[in-house]
Amino acid sequence: MSLLEITDLAVAYGGIPAIEGVSLSVAAGQIVTVIGPNGAGKSTLLNAIMGILPASGTIAFDGAALGTSDVSERVQAGMSLVPEKRELFASMSVEDNLRLGFYRFRGQGRAAMEAALAEIYDLFPRLKERRAQDAGTLSGGERQMLAMGRALMAKPRLLMLDEPSLGLAPRIVRDIFHTITALRRTGVAILLIEQNARAALQVADHAFVLETGRVTLTGDSATLAADPRIVEMYLGQARSAG
Amino acid sequence: MDLSIFLILVQDGVVNGAIYALLALSLVLVFAVTRVILVAQGEFVAFGGLTYAALATGQTPGAIWLLGGLGLAAFAGGLWQERRRMRGGALLRHALFTLALPAAIIAATLVLAPRRAGIVVEVLLAVAIVTPMAPYLYRIAFQPLGNASVLTLLITAVALHLALTGLGLVFFGPEGFRAPPFSDAMILAGPLMIPGQAIWILGLTLALMLGLYAFFEKTLTGKALRATAVNRLGARLVGIPTAQAGVLAFGLAGFIGALSGVLIVPLTTVYYDGGFMIGLRGFTAAIIGGLGSYPGAVLAALLVGVAESFSSFWASAFKEVIVFTAIIPVLLWRSLRHGNGEDEE
Amino acid sequence: MTRPGLAKLWPLACIALAGLVPWIPGMPAFWVTLLNYTGIAAIVAIGLVVLTGIGGMTSFGQATLLGLGAYTTAIMSKYYDLSPWLGLPAGLLVTAAGATLIGAVTVRLSGHYLALGTIAWSVGLYYTFANLDLVGRNDGISGIPPLEVAGYRLLDARMSFTVIWLGVLLAALATMNLLDSRAGRAIRALKGGAVAAASFGVDTARTRLLAFVYSAVLAGFAGWLYVHMQRSVNPTPFGFYQSIQYLLMAVIGGAAHIPGALLGAALVTLVNDRLQDILPKLFGARGNYESIVFGMLLIAVLQWAPDGLWPLIARFRPRRRAIQADAPRLAAQTMPERGSTLLEVVRLRRNFGGLVAVNDIDFTLKAGEILGLIGPNGAGKSTTFNLITGVDTPSGGIVRFRGGDLTGRPARHVAAQGIARTFQHVKLVPTMSVIENVAIGAHLRGHASPLAGLLRLDRAEDARLYAEAARQLARVGLADAADRPATSLALGQQRIVEIARALCLDPVLLLLDEPAAGLRHNEKAELSTLLRRLRDEGVTILLVEHDMEFVMGLVDRLVVMDFGTKLADGPPDAVRADPRVIEAYLGSVE
Repeated sequence: MSLLEITDLAVAYGGIPAIEGVSLSVAAGQIVTVIGPNGAGKSTLLNAIMGILPASGTIAFDGAALGTSDVSERVQAGMSLVPEKRELFASMSVEDNLRLGFYRFRGQGRAAMEAALAEIYDLFPRLKERRAQDAGTLSGGERQMLAMGRALMAKPRLLMLDEPSLGLAPRIVRDIFHTITALRRTGVAILLIEQNARAALQVADHAFVLETGRVTLTGDSATLAADPRIVEMYLGQARSAG
Repeated sequence: MDLSIFLILVQDGVVNGAIYALLALSLVLVFAVTRVILVAQGEFVAFGGLTYAALATGQTPGAIWLLGGLGLAAFAGGLWQERRRMRGGALLRHALFTLALPAAIIAATLVLAPRRAGIVVEVLLAVAIVTPMAPYLYRIAFQPLGNASVLTLLITAVALHLALTGLGLVFFGPEGFRAPPFSDAMILAGPLMIPGQAIWILGLTLALMLGLYAFFEKTLTGKALRATAVNRLGARLVGIPTAQAGVLAFGLAGFIGALSGVLIVPLTTVYYDGGFMIGLRGFTAAIIGGLGSYPGAVLAALLVGVAESFSSFWASAFKEVIVFTAIIPVLLWRSLRHGNGEDEE
Repeated sequence: MTRPGLAKLWPLACIALAGLVPWIPGMPAFWVTLLNYTGIAAIVAIGLVVLTGIGGMTSFGQATLLGLGAYTTAIMSKYYDLSPWLGLPAGLLVTAAGATLIGAVTVRLSGHYLALGTIAWSVGLYYTFANLDLVGRNDGISGIPPLEVAGYRLLDARMSFTVIWLGVLLAALATMNLLDSRAGRAIRALKGGAVAAASFGVDTARTRLLAFVYSAVLAGFAGWLYVHMQRSVNPTPFGFYQSIQYLLMAVIGGAAHIPGALLGAALVTLVNDRLQDILPKLFGARGNYESIVFGMLLIAVLQWAPDGLWPLIARFRPRRRAIQADAPRLAAQTMPERGSTLLEVVRLRRNFGGLVAVNDIDFTLKAGEILGLIGPNGAGKSTTFNLITGVDTPSGGIVRFRGGDLTGRPARHVAAQGIARTFQHVKLVPTMSVIENVAIGAHLRGHASPLAGLLRLDRAEDARLYAEAARQLARVGLADAADRPATSLALGQQRIVEIARALCLDPVLLLLDEPAAGLRHNEKAELSTLLRRLRDEGVTILLVEHDMEFVMGLVDRLVVMDFGTKLADGPPDAVRADPRVIEAYLGSVE
């Protein structure tokens, strides 16, 4: 059974549809990527799944329809989103940012929190070095690590990443993707939205292509990676013509 | 003016300033978490003072019926706003908070008030009666406004102040009241005679500030409140229910307001509408401090207190004028520092 | 002169008809007095329409400003035996000065600071009135002379009625004129966002101040009417509580509409009068019980009908504008010689904390070319754009335009140099028609003062501005949509409206921020054609885009950015073949 099952999802901004008729599923432990050009509605899709945007259609997590439940209830159910803008607590320390990621388990006591914190520091040693620093002073790559670390503190069963490579230098992008591959081994399912289509297709099991709010292609990543239509979608027909 | 008058004025100013500092702190907190500029903060001061004054003279305060009414309204409002979502556990929690809690406080008051249970019980009771009003009002007036602009929230806060003043008249009547001091002790320090009440005020203020500091720096709930203030979406994404953060912030504001009222009612006669002018001083301090800085607000509040006590010595009729127009040069300074003024809300 | 449409005349007709009310046989004097108070309140509420409903600011000190006007004329006529007619200009001057003082220190700060400033300030002034011997402390001043017209003293309530409602008529007309003028469009443009307004040369701080001072002058005017009707004055009607009532009137009626102000004033005045009768009986004591009702009412209106009652009665429909196509053209810029260097960006840099969003970018732009600034999401294109347009300040580097230094200059100054822009997220004013929005673009090409607008002395110039707006709309092919509400158009057309608005500035350089985002295929093709035509007409264009297909066939040259640095610079074909560019877009495979 799928962990996340989306059927016929639609979101509109002031009457103008941003995504329409989107159906997709993510199985437990699977990495699924949604790729597509800018403005195709990828971020809208994740925000709707997380409950930040109102949507029509059904979203079921672990077999239960989410309905109109609030973001915090979805976190409680085991979903985490790392948004495109990271949304860190800029004037709070790196460690406080991580501790707040543990909010879901706040009843479990100090030892449990310290253990979770140690795991994140293992995954991102860089964050441990910077633990006392304000999140707002971090570099772009460190911010992305912190955002992912904060989301992982909630021990989600589904982790959603919105353009984790956005605006980062190639070396850091490589690190981020290594981390994503490493996370697979912990059993967390990942729904990944990426502009960096090649890297995304390489780590993912399955992929969906979103164009102007609709799913236009779907298949396993290896097949899609070889599909010439992907290149055309990104660089435009001018390339295939020229 | 000789030194002893100078010292007495400073002492007066610091004692009043401590109260303004508490109010300024809670204004900054509420603004940071909910973007509401809580003009009605002063009403909790007046209600707290009057409730304690009634209890201290063995009367049953009318405030309990206001508490019951607001709880009922918050219950109905919450039910209506979340008619599609609220069920099971959430509904039960909502009913416990808005119906059972005020019922318990009312019952306790009815039992304890006529028996003169002692200062500590009466103080606690007065604070318990007034504190929950603030979160109920948040539920009724502010939560439905969701993402409204700061300006809309401010107009709502002013409207709330208006309604609460009228309700204050209904439930407390037009007469002012004063309560006996917590202790009659006097401490002699050089030329100064420090009344016990002043010590109480300074001590409790300091304790409360330290408590707030510990709450925000050391507990996860306190950090969650700060996080909500820093980045609302970020807070939602880690699972902090931001509406509850608003309820909590208002709860703290109600608590601080009520306690301030209890502390000052032995010093000055409190009227049903007297909270506004006290709240406005805390508010002036919060603005001078920049509406975002806790230490800034405390420092500004002490300054406001001292400025007030000196201006009441020199030009008592114009003390309000001096205290409130002091805000203008501060705004001017902030405005000049601000640059080209093309900021968006 | 443009003829006012019928839609504009009917409220005036209603007011004129209302002028006959006191002479209805058997009309109780009490009702006439109530209507007089309504009229006075309506004038204050009309001021709040400009300030709150249209300008997006609020004052909790309108009653105090009314008091300033009232006390000024009271002192002059009672203690110095001057004619009340002299008290009018003096009263207006004093209120305007007071408002300028409080306004000037707050308009540069966020919107709510004006409101906060007015609270503290109005409480302060209230206590001044109540304690100053000159104005009789709490007792106030009584025995103030009434108005005199041709030797006839206006003592009767019915006489006052005529004067007051003439005043309302005047205030409504003046406000309509103001809002329809160059200065008024600037006030209305604040609703589309301060950044957008500033990008067309509107001095947003001054415009905010204008709105506040104008609302204050109307309050001062109401104060003058009040004093000579009442013939006595004391501090009570000028307090904070009264100020809230005025705001309540504006909000209940519908703060963005002049008729809404009248409706709100009438409702609140009448309900207030009834409540003051009923409530004390209910509670068995005297007191301000009506404040409970008004407080709750205001909260309810903000929750259930935040736009007030008027929009429920009348829908927003922009009026048709007659355009004088033969109006003399506005002066135009001399365009730089084709091929000369127009814009130079040297080692431009922007850090946010530890994040380098723009990392030492260099490029130049020559007159008459279309340059595309492209790159994947998050590459720093938008930040670069903001640094050039003065929305954001660079951490380092230089921006030079036609040889002059533009680095870190505010958006208003950038616009004045002949640089016009559009926005990635369309910023049109929803309560204005398409052509009115476009006319905002010509703000810097007009010079009429607010006073000229108020008195309708700006019509010749305004006709020229509108003729220019109509020409630019025709140029982009949207002449037919001129009188439609701006936000009723499809997104693609709204983007074109933004281009027309930018063209109205008579720009040397046109900056477009992601003009193709969210457009359909054929809309993109039309946009492409339009931009190429504009280039051929001599406009230089810099566009930020991520849509490669769209820019490839359009631009003369491309600058490619990735993670903050410049990756490539050259003609489209060369850039397209560059493996580093392909890698940036598709990502690397290692």
